[in-house]
Amino acid sequence: MDQKISPELLYLNDVSVVFDGFRALNSLSLTIGEKEMRAIIGPNGAGKTTMMDVITGKTRPTVGTALFDGGVHDLTRLDEATIAGLGIGRKFQTPTVIENHDVETNVELALKADKGPFAKLFSRRTPQVQERIDEILERVRLKNARHRRAGDLSHGQKQWLEIGMLLAQEPKLLLVDEPAAGMTDAETADTAVLLREIAETRSVVVVEHDMIFVRDLDVKVTVLHEGSVLAEGSLDHVSSNERVIEVYLGR
Amino acid sequence: MTSTRLIDFKGYVFLAVLVAAVVIVPGLNLLLPADNPFHIPSYLVPLLGKYLTYALLALAVDLVWGYCGILSLGHGAFFALGGYAIGMHLMREIGPRGVYANPELPDFMVFLNLKELPVWWWGFDFFPYAALMVLLVPGALAFVFGWFAFRSRVTGVYLSIITQALTFALLLAFFRNDMIMGGNNGLTDFKDIFGIPLQTQGMRASLFALSALALGLGYLLCRYIVTSNFGKVLVAVRDQESRTRFLGYKVENYKLVVWVISAMMAGVAGALYVPQVGIINPGEFSPANSIEAVIWVAVGGRGTLVGAALGAVLVNFAKTWLTGAFPELWLFALGGLFVVVTLFLPKGIMGLIGSMDSVKAWTTRRRAVAKPAE
Ligand SMILES: Nc1ncnc2c1ncn2[C@@H]1O[C@H](COP(=O)(O)OP(=O)(O)O)[C@@H](O)[C@H]1O
Ligand SMILES: [Mg+2]
Repeated sequence: MDQKISPELLYLNDVSVVFDGFRALNSLSLTIGEKEMRAIIGPNGAGKTTMMDVITGKTRPTVGTALFDGGVHDLTRLDEATIAGLGIGRKFQTPTVIENHDVETNVELALKADKGPFAKLFSRRTPQVQERIDEILERVRLKNARHRRAGDLSHGQKQWLEIGMLLAQEPKLLLVDEPAAGMTDAETADTAVLLREIAETRSVVVVEHDMIFVRDLDVKVTVLHEGSVLAEGSLDHVSSNERVIEVYLGR
Repeated sequence: MTSTRLIDFKGYVFLAVLVAAVVIVPGLNLLLPADNPFHIPSYLVPLLGKYLTYALLALAVDLVWGYCGILSLGHGAFFALGGYAIGMHLMREIGPRGVYANPELPDFMVFLNLKELPVWWWGFDFFPYAALMVLLVPGALAFVFGWFAFRSRVTGVYLSIITQALTFALLLAFFRNDMIMGGNNGLTDFKDIFGIPLQTQGMRASLFALSALALGLGYLLCRYIVTSNFGKVLVAVRDQESRTRFLGYKVENYKLVVWVISAMMAGVAGALYVPQVGIINPGEFSPANSIEAVIWVAVGGRGTLVGAALGAVLVNFAKTWLTGAFPELWLFALGGLFVVVTLFLPKGIMGLIGSMDSVKAWTTRRRAVAKPAE
């Protein structure tokens, strides 16, 4: 299993997740290529977050295949920490930062490094690490807030901090769940620019409700509905799809 | 946010108090004549030393509870195991001076009609072996327990309940005579250690000093841990366990490491406790003891280390006084104290000190603002 069997970075095939008889994901199949950016849209309860849970090891699929890095890694057999270590980073729908740590420490904890307990017991913050932290804070515009307690940040700032933490992990694949939620229009536009920049070097999957934001991203769109893919293509293509209109605009 | 320096202001004060205690307590006991008003009577020295060992146990509890969110209601078990390990050595030191004058077997084994020393008592006549066991026995138990508990992601109140079950199971086991650990009576009638009688003033002073040293080193170890990158991960686990996993941390390994270190600290505390109180029996495993240790930490201030140690000493002062004056009131007082602290002092005594700091900062700021207007 250490040879790449497919060119895809992420390969989901026929994935179903059943909670007490309810199918949150229903034979979902989806692939994401290297350095691809994909927008995922779909009404509430479509299974977008559950899909991310499957990819990141939080939820085990009832059936189905989830492979990473050209089929090298079977995501359904690994735990969250191992998957994160493989290079899959995740930003949660509601920002979850370590509130009792300051902004810098939050980024520091996320930085790509040996994350075993003994390595951490004997390491301190080096100038190189500080430099990495500074770069990231610069990029997510939190340099002036670096010593603030993360719990005291505004909602929008927490979103940015989470994106910064995601960058710090240097993942191959970023899963970003509703990044624009709670942001002002200007912040939302900034976020789109930042994500496009990130997607130049890595793969990004963005779940978003905000259609203006999705239009700004200008990438292939996958529409999820009732746990499976309803349509796929450019935003214009999918928004002219009759079933999508039906789902979104009510029946 | 906790301070990131190894020794902060509170730490200096704490260590200075410990150094002062090491000088003053044995000094006033050994150097002053008994009729001097500042003389500390000999019976008080081991009592104060006992408080220091409780403070070390409190540090161990605070390390896992205050910084990693593991509310252990079973730390008394590790404390007692450390105590038993040293107790076994002290039993072997008695040699032929027991009532039955058996050169090989402690009295209670003769009483049980044993012909030879059980295998698990082998080696305990050799002090370094016993000292190693003080660390290894609690450490190994904590490792096995933590391995299963943390891997299966048992958290919160469920984890607390199984820690309580652990100490209760050991309580029952150590009561049994066929464990050959002294059963109901435990291990006692110790004579000496390193050939020096335990009751001498010098030995009492040394044990007191050793307890203070262990407490100081334990504090520094805890500070090292909580100010390291490891400690930052612990706080992340405490506040956002699931999120921490997605950052790439194997939470169960972090918990296991800090849990084993904490158990070993508790073991050392127990090992220093036993020669000062002169007995170790299964009662030390009683669930109430572990709960009391948690209350010390809550009273002093969870996640502050210094507060945990302070809480242990203060609550035990109160206990010594109350159980002397009104023995039947102690449990009510302890329960009441816990309720009061939980409701009104969520950060314990250290929180109170902290808010005094901020009141002071606030008033000085107001004065500074008010000045230009004058
Ligand atoms: N742990 C769970 N247990 C039971 N049902 C769940 C669980 N997680 C999600 N669901 C259900 O699965 C469906 C999909 O949820 P989710 O993936 O959060 O949707 P989306 O993110 O697209 O809004 C919802 O109906 C939700 O109630
Ligand atoms: Mg969702």
